[in-house]
Amino acid sequence: MCNQSVGLIQRAIEDIGISTVSITLVKSITERVNPPRALSVPYRFGYPLGEPNNPALQRKIIQAALDLFRDEQTPPVIKDWDATA
Amino acid sequence: MASFDELDFKLRVFMKLYRYRRYDSTPHTPLRLSLSDCRVALVTTAGFHTPEDIPFDDHFKGGDYSYREIPNSADIRTLEIAHRSTAYDQSGLESDPNLAFPLERFHELEDEGVIGSLNARHFSFMGSVTAPGRLIKRSAPAVAQHLKEDGVDAVFLAPI
Repeated sequence: MCNQSVGLIQRAIEDIGISTVSITLVKSITERVNPPRALSVPYRFGYPLGEPNNPALQRKIIQAALDLFRDEQTPPVIKDWDATA
Repeated sequence: MASFDELDFKLRVFMKLYRYRRYDSTPHTPLRLSLSDCRVALVTTAGFHTPEDIPFDDHFKGGDYSYREIPNSADIRTLEIAHRSTAYDQSGLESDPNLAFPLERFHELEDEGVIGSLNARHFSFMGSVTAPGRLIKRSAPAVAQHLKEDGVDAVFLAPI
């Protein structure tokens, strides 16, 4: 449900004229809700930024999400997080 | 990716039968500024609230669609979680709220000049909303309006 809720909130914020990016744990749901930018991560429910108390990993995921603002593709841009990048 | 196999049987059946919202179009606001010039706000659906605030209502039919403000100056280690879903392991979030509300990470990004500034407030929802009509019509647009009034340029959102 959370992944649908994020997409719905994201749509409302983007609609009013603010750029948005989100993390998703369930890509198939996010593809239905169709928000403009999302980074799909391979983690379980409750762990969208990977691991607790692992700031380095959290930063990498956040940076990958922020990079979607610069993606050349026209939204929707829903990309898989590449943990090896 | 998270798998529905993680969930208990009743929940798996519900998720399988649930009709998720589907949209064909995508709203699109390009980011016109460099991130280093942007005012950024965070949105989480982890159900966080400040200790002084009223918790989300567990018994609200269809899911509590309201939202809570979290000041940028908040110590996230003091936040409380009121999330009705039993579908996930909450221990990670209890150990490190940055997992779904990475305010400390964004303070670092601000200090390093990667982003321009953080907004004075951020927003928290309880994401387990199975009947999202009022989320779509009321609370999500209300938060969008607050963010616009605050002059926010970019928003980062995380589920749980």
